[in-house]
Amino acid sequence: MALDSSKTTGFKYVGTRPNRPDGLDKVTGRAKFGADATAPGMLFAAIKRSPHAHAKIVKIDASKALAMEGVKAVVTRADFAEGLTGEDWNILENVMAGDTALYDGHAVAAVAATSALIAKDAIKAIEVEYQILPHVTDVDKAIEPDAPVIRAGAADASVPEGLHPNVVRYYESGHGDVEAGFAEADLVIEEHFTTEATHQGYIEPHACLGTLGGDGKGELWCCTQGHWNVQKVCAALLGLETSQLRVTASEIGGGFGGKTTVFIEPVALALSRKANRPVKLVMTRSEVFRASGPTSSTSMNVKIGMKKDGTITAAQGIFRLQGGAFPGAPCDMTAMCAFAPYNLKNVHQVGYDVITNRPKQAAYRAPGSPMAAFAVESVMDELCNQLGLDPIEVRLKNASHEGTTANFGITWPRIGLVETLEAAKAHPHYAAPLKPGQGRGISCGFWFNHGGETSVSLAMSEDGSAQIMVGTPDIGGSRASMALMAAEVLGIPYENIRCTIADTSSLGYNEISHGSRVTYASGLATIKAAEAAVEELCRRAAAKWDIPAEAVYWEDGYAKPSGPNAGDHEPLHITELTADMGATGGPINGHFEATPEGAGVSFATHIVDAEVDPETGATKVVRYTVVQDAGKAIHPTYVEGQFQGGAAQGIGWALNEEYIYGEDGRLQNAGFLDYRIPVASDLPFIDTVIVEVPNPGHPFGVRGVGETSICPPLAAIANAVSNAVGVRMRQLPMRPARVLEALESKNG
Amino acid sequence: MHYYKPASFAEAVALAAGAEGITRILAGGTDVLVQMRADIVTPDTLIDIKAIPGTHEIARTAEGGWRIGVAVTGAEMSEHPELGRDWPGVVEAMDLIGSTQVQGRATPIGNLCNASPAADSVPAMIAAGAVLNVIGPDGSRDIPAEEVPAGPGKTTLKKGEIATALTLPPRGQNGGDAYQRFIPRTEMDIAVVGCALNLTVEGDQITSARMALGAVAPTALLIPAVTEVLVGKTLDDDALAALAALAEANCNPIDDKRGTVKFRTHVAGVLARRVAQIAYDRAKGAKA
Repeated sequence: MALDSSKTTGFKYVGTRPNRPDGLDKVTGRAKFGADATAPGMLFAAIKRSPHAHAKIVKIDASKALAMEGVKAVVTRADFAEGLTGEDWNILENVMAGDTALYDGHAVAAVAATSALIAKDAIKAIEVEYQILPHVTDVDKAIEPDAPVIRAGAADASVPEGLHPNVVRYYESGHGDVEAGFAEADLVIEEHFTTEATHQGYIEPHACLGTLGGDGKGELWCCTQGHWNVQKVCAALLGLETSQLRVTASEIGGGFGGKTTVFIEPVALALSRKANRPVKLVMTRSEVFRASGPTSSTSMNVKIGMKKDGTITAAQGIFRLQGGAFPGAPCDMTAMCAFAPYNLKNVHQVGYDVITNRPKQAAYRAPGSPMAAFAVESVMDELCNQLGLDPIEVRLKNASHEGTTANFGITWPRIGLVETLEAAKAHPHYAAPLKPGQGRGISCGFWFNHGGETSVSLAMSEDGSAQIMVGTPDIGGSRASMALMAAEVLGIPYENIRCTIADTSSLGYNEISHGSRVTYASGLATIKAAEAAVEELCRRAAAKWDIPAEAVYWEDGYAKPSGPNAGDHEPLHITELTADMGATGGPINGHFEATPEGAGVSFATHIVDAEVDPETGATKVVRYTVVQDAGKAIHPTYVEGQFQGGAAQGIGWALNEEYIYGEDGRLQNAGFLDYRIPVASDLPFIDTVIVEVPNPGHPFGVRGVGETSICPPLAAIANAVSNAVGVRMRQLPMRPARVLEALESKNG
Repeated sequence: MHYYKPASFAEAVALAAGAEGITRILAGGTDVLVQMRADIVTPDTLIDIKAIPGTHEIARTAEGGWRIGVAVTGAEMSEHPELGRDWPGVVEAMDLIGSTQVQGRATPIGNLCNASPAADSVPAMIAAGAVLNVIGPDGSRDIPAEEVPAGPGKTTLKKGEIATALTLPPRGQNGGDAYQRFIPRTEMDIAVVGCALNLTVEGDQITSARMALGAVAPTALLIPAVTEVLVGKTLDDDALAALAALAEANCNPIDDKRGTVKFRTHVAGVLARRVAQIAYDRAKGAKA
């Protein structure tokens, strides 16, 4: 049997651009999102939140709320499991405060009532007595000697002695001798950079509907990137047996990493258990900003030495990440991604995970990498400017490629960085003239990508169509990609395949849709599951022909005898094999479970032109080109969409988005009016170039594409603005007043 | 909370005059409903005036100006065939507010009576010389637009008084107006600074001028001294420089998350120059 479908060319379905199977539901409003679920007898919940950045909770008195008509239950920390450790404990602490409110917006109690209005009023009737504690929200201030200690003993064993207790994790790696390297350089530049916390900005707020009975059996509908994780965490926080809680993922209105953890789901379940009724809980936008997970803010020092010919002699970076009141800021990722594009003899990188009185950071699209690229690629740009070198040529000269040692120690397998740089160099954008007042910026970016635990099941129907059950919520068109890959293997049209996101009771464990893993890992599992079905189809054909199964091969939807020795049999179409499958051996299915580890990394190069209004400091991005290695683009339109989406979010992060905290430690801009994500008119058309350097770890060569696209934008835009105004922009966001100040400093 | 939908202004005034606690007038609701949802204001009485006859009309006044009914929306203003020819600055200022969906609901009179210092249409109304027509228990009166806001969220309307319309004066010959705001984005944002200018010319010489600034003080400001800077002059570099200096000198902004005192003051001068040029070109015959 020829079952090995590994191939990178000659596809029939892969690489085409059919409409997404969920498209009609989404444009007609039929798709069901988190807040669209209802249940008979359903109650509505609301959460009481701390108005203080840091305060001891002295007393919670819910008696007035409980006395209100329509109020059915109030929960506090006492209604959750005790004795948790590790990340379960951190998540519980974040979901419902224990002794101490750790940030403005931290949940302290919750109410379930017969209407949303009653729940909202009942929240106001809960009286909480606080004892206010000193707070800190800035990453640099949090590690000054006199900074308040937010949670004593939160540091793990990685932290060297002598650091402030707010440093809770430490990462260090590198090789060579950086001091000797800097001594060899003709020019050494060291700069300090800062970025602000930004939110993933998904349009759909967190929403769920939970039912939990006294028998410990529960049902949960929620908007999430990973419902098996929700199942596991909720079971732990509520003291349930994992399998007794069935979790169904709704359609998702954006996640970008922010829906890889839980915030409200355990609260809805705890209320349901107490009220013995289904409970719906939907965050307001203000709650999403105050109490879900933005990304880390950073303070970074980067030093790079270069010879006159553009050779990098040494590179060093210190990356301090603020991740809210809990460990987890991705300081290790930041440090590892920082110099990944470059082949360096001497390199050293350090990361600090710092806690502050802010919400617990959550993953945001290539967590930690965009900030690292901002610092490193800005210094690279400055070196090129001062040495009079072409920024793409310098990057090509130093580029990581197959066989070189990465800054964090691995030996690179086949990677596509050079190919993205060559494609960028050849793109008309790079040669296009700039108008006065405009500047151009280049940046590379890197993300690891991930495999992860994956289960997929495929079932043939009697009419020869197929259904696929995958467990990774579709956050970027993955149902279309799965159907294309299955179509390729089965040899049946894309339209004859239905891909469903299965609930936790209908399929084996699946890790979250994160790490750009879905098209890679669920795709690989889909291909393997389809191959298993094909193997069985060949077996059925062999039985009909009374020849050995090994003598049958599968081509374009037909079982065929492998050669003259196998006999002269007419090929059997898939429909002829499925029509009587009940009588020839039973249902024909395929399934695959594994933790694939061959996720190929992805590199990108972005080109940006920016124009700055010299009178107001306002920046307009006038041209943008994304060049990225996709390995193999299964559905090119959705690959391009990922490229464009990363660039769009990067434009917001670079220019206007930021969490603004007052002296009182309260978030001042918990809404889309003053938290400025880009609107359509803020964006140019974002041009895309798909580079395909196949990943040997995937049968069709797929590399994840979702995250790398947000790695270069901060740096590429900052370089464009810096080159437009003639001043190096070292702080994000580059809001107009900040750019105007830079212009004034230049003009004296 | 009590909700009323009166059929006449007499009925509306009686309701407002007799109401206890907090009263809000509901037209488009783009401020009132948002504030209710965000727990900023919980009115005891909500009076919806959209059903009162005539409140959706845009009509010529006997003098040749325009009367804009209290429930007229931004979209209705933008789509009106003649209003924008007379007062392009006022129509554009209103059109800058919110999204297309918001434009279908939001009203200029609501924008004025919400009394936000950053309201986009208000500087344009002030520069145009608009007056608010109100009716109350003691009869009707007209309030110049610049005298309506008393401070953030407060107006000079008395208890029981309800706006009926906004009246714009006759445009006359050789006049032009313009409004611009500075926002960090390109739309769907709130003014960091807004500036409106309305002038008339004879040949190249400016014969009258009114300027108003938004978001640089507790209320939108009329800057009467603009007549000294512009009237009798052509709009040359010296006049523009003097105008920018005048705008900067009249700023009294705050430092907040949306902008610093320094930035707002500087941008007020920039915008004054830009809107003066547009208004001047329009007065001299440029099409809006």
